[in-house]
Amino acid sequence: MIDALGSPGSLLLVGGTSDIAVATARRYLAERPLRVVVAARDTPRRSAVADELRAAGGDVEVVDFDAEDPSSAERMVAAAAAGGDIDVAVIAFGQLGDQDQLASDPAAAAALGQVNYVAPVVVGTLLANRMREQGHGVIVALSSVAGERARRSNYVYGSTKAGLDAYFSGLADSLVGTGVSVLVVRPGFVRSKMTEGLPEAPLSTTPEAVAEAIVSGVRKGRHTVWVPGAMRWVMSGLRHTPRAIFRRLPF
Amino acid sequence: MSDQVLLNGWGRTAPTPAVLTPVHDDAQVRAVLAAAGGRGVVARGLARSYGDAAQNAGGHVLDMTAADRVLAFDAETGLVDVEAGISLDELMNRFVPQGFFVPVTPGTRLVTVGGAIGADIHGKNHHVAGSFSQHVRWLDLLTADGEVHRVSPEQDPDLFWATAGGMGLTGVILRAQVQMKRIESSRCLVDTDRTPDLDSLMSLLAETDHLYEYSVAWIDTLAKGKRMGRSVVTRGRFATLDELPEKRKADPLKYHGSIKVTVPDVFPPGLLNLATVAAFNELWYRKSPKRKRNQLQSIPTFFHPLDAVGGWNRIYGPRGFVQYQVTVPFGQEEAMREVLDRLSSFGTASFLAVLKRFGPGNPGMLSYPSPGWTLALDIPVMKGLAGLLDSLDEVVIAAEGRTYLAKDSRVRPETFATMYPRLEEFRAVRKRVDPEGVFTSDLARRLAL
Repeated sequence: MIDALGSPGSLLLVGGTSDIAVATARRYLAERPLRVVVAARDTPRRSAVADELRAAGGDVEVVDFDAEDPSSAERMVAAAAAGGDIDVAVIAFGQLGDQDQLASDPAAAAALGQVNYVAPVVVGTLLANRMREQGHGVIVALSSVAGERARRSNYVYGSTKAGLDAYFSGLADSLVGTGVSVLVVRPGFVRSKMTEGLPEAPLSTTPEAVAEAIVSGVRKGRHTVWVPGAMRWVMSGLRHTPRAIFRRLPF
Repeated sequence: MSDQVLLNGWGRTAPTPAVLTPVHDDAQVRAVLAAAGGRGVVARGLARSYGDAAQNAGGHVLDMTAADRVLAFDAETGLVDVEAGISLDELMNRFVPQGFFVPVTPGTRLVTVGGAIGADIHGKNHHVAGSFSQHVRWLDLLTADGEVHRVSPEQDPDLFWATAGGMGLTGVILRAQVQMKRIESSRCLVDTDRTPDLDSLMSLLAETDHLYEYSVAWIDTLAKGKRMGRSVVTRGRFATLDELPEKRKADPLKYHGSIKVTVPDVFPPGLLNLATVAAFNELWYRKSPKRKRNQLQSIPTFFHPLDAVGGWNRIYGPRGFVQYQVTVPFGQEEAMREVLDRLSSFGTASFLAVLKRFGPGNPGMLSYPSPGWTLALDIPVMKGLAGLLDSLDEVVIAAEGRTYLAKDSRVRPETFATMYPRLEEFRAVRKRVDPEGVFTSDLARRLAL
């Protein structure tokens, strides 16, 4: 159960080896010990993450999950819930893709859609069902400012995040009164392994800052957070920028 | 499920949905139990627990207040048999005019007998009378097998003392026999003392508490430095017939307990801030007499000042509040000072804190009172509070103290287990009477009870 002051007793990280997922678990564990379920592919990185979170005081379980395998989500949620109620679930997996390839390769575009949109929707539906039954819980979905208005430099990625964002925003409204809530997180450019080697965009942020925003958003019962907070106003401006100007912007 | 309602505790934090069913008799309780399903059942009374004790996310909650009859009363002995949903308020309305008061009352009359046993509540007379369960002769408990067991300190004492303070997790308390306390009048003779700091408060209580049946101190938590712990102490007992003024002797047991005003649900968050609360506390301290003896007060004025204001929990706004109540043994006064000091310097906009000395504890496995000092204060939900209270818990644990489940909404499960070394005994009894864990609550899940 999430207590009166917003501290959960259990945390499910879907895409548990992502930098943001790990930073979120670390941030929670800095306050209190809790049960952490790391759902990810069986890789050396997953073992390393599990070890690290155990050392930080977590009661850690690992569960198999592969966003590219449509059947793995159901097994993952069942396995994660077997150990007790899931208080907070962070849907943190996603890929950036290579825009040059995505622009011309339909198979690559479809694959990105599977990982960044279809799989989160499947996981979100399963988690919402599960949490409706348990009568409480928070689903945290990692969206992106890229989904607010697709840019020519990464519109395939942006479109998947737009779909994800729309799905979880609608899901949030459908869950009012059930005890379950959804927090949609819209970070800007996050310096992480996903963006390694890419030039930094303005207002870039870190996995730790995103984790901080997640913990504080859950604590306050927020529905949407931007990271950094100023992104909200920047994106609001960009959404209303005329297309003739927007498409010429240098990022 | 469509017939779920969102339920919360007195602190108005962390609401969760459940199917709430009013139950009038044993058969209705059994019916809900049979239909419970995987998320289980818990009984709910007047919902004065601050946290999540009477909530059960996704499951069933029994509204016990529908079962509120007096079944038998012996005017010779003062023994009363009641249904568990009756409130202490109703017991006072019925029996004060007949010369009987409840054996123990907390700061509110608006609790049920079932809740009073489940939380093993205490009052201003703990140092002489113990807690509520010590005045319960027997109780009827409906357990997970659907059977009703009459348990008492003699009949299945383990189950009795797991149920007293067991927060409803052993079964549903249906009925109980309570030993009422004989009174000659409905008026209290009250002595008031003002103490300028914590040291003088603690020595006053330690030296003279035994002279009073009822005793409590209200501390201004915002006073700092030399004035830290400045307090108003009110102590008293029921007046005898002889002690009443002539005009009251004709109707010595006259009693009128009522809610005078109700707070509307319109308070914005942050209305109670340091400035407004400090001003209130200052005024309250200055208007109290330095020393006053033998003042006649009514039961509501002396015991339940806040009950005059219905729904006062709304003044904390929609984000709600928590109550931090802890006890430390005698000899650990320094720990109490540190807790108070850190709360005061953190700048929580708290009204008054309550300090009291407990007498001996009882065999209740999760019963809260134990010999020592108990401190309670309300704190609005604010940034940094979770970390502060976690660190205060460390101070309390080091002093071998504990926190009170009826007030708790945020303690860490492992902290709770350290504070209550008899938790394993409680779990063993629960396993015996409820192996499947049908009786459960948000509190039970949060603390892995």
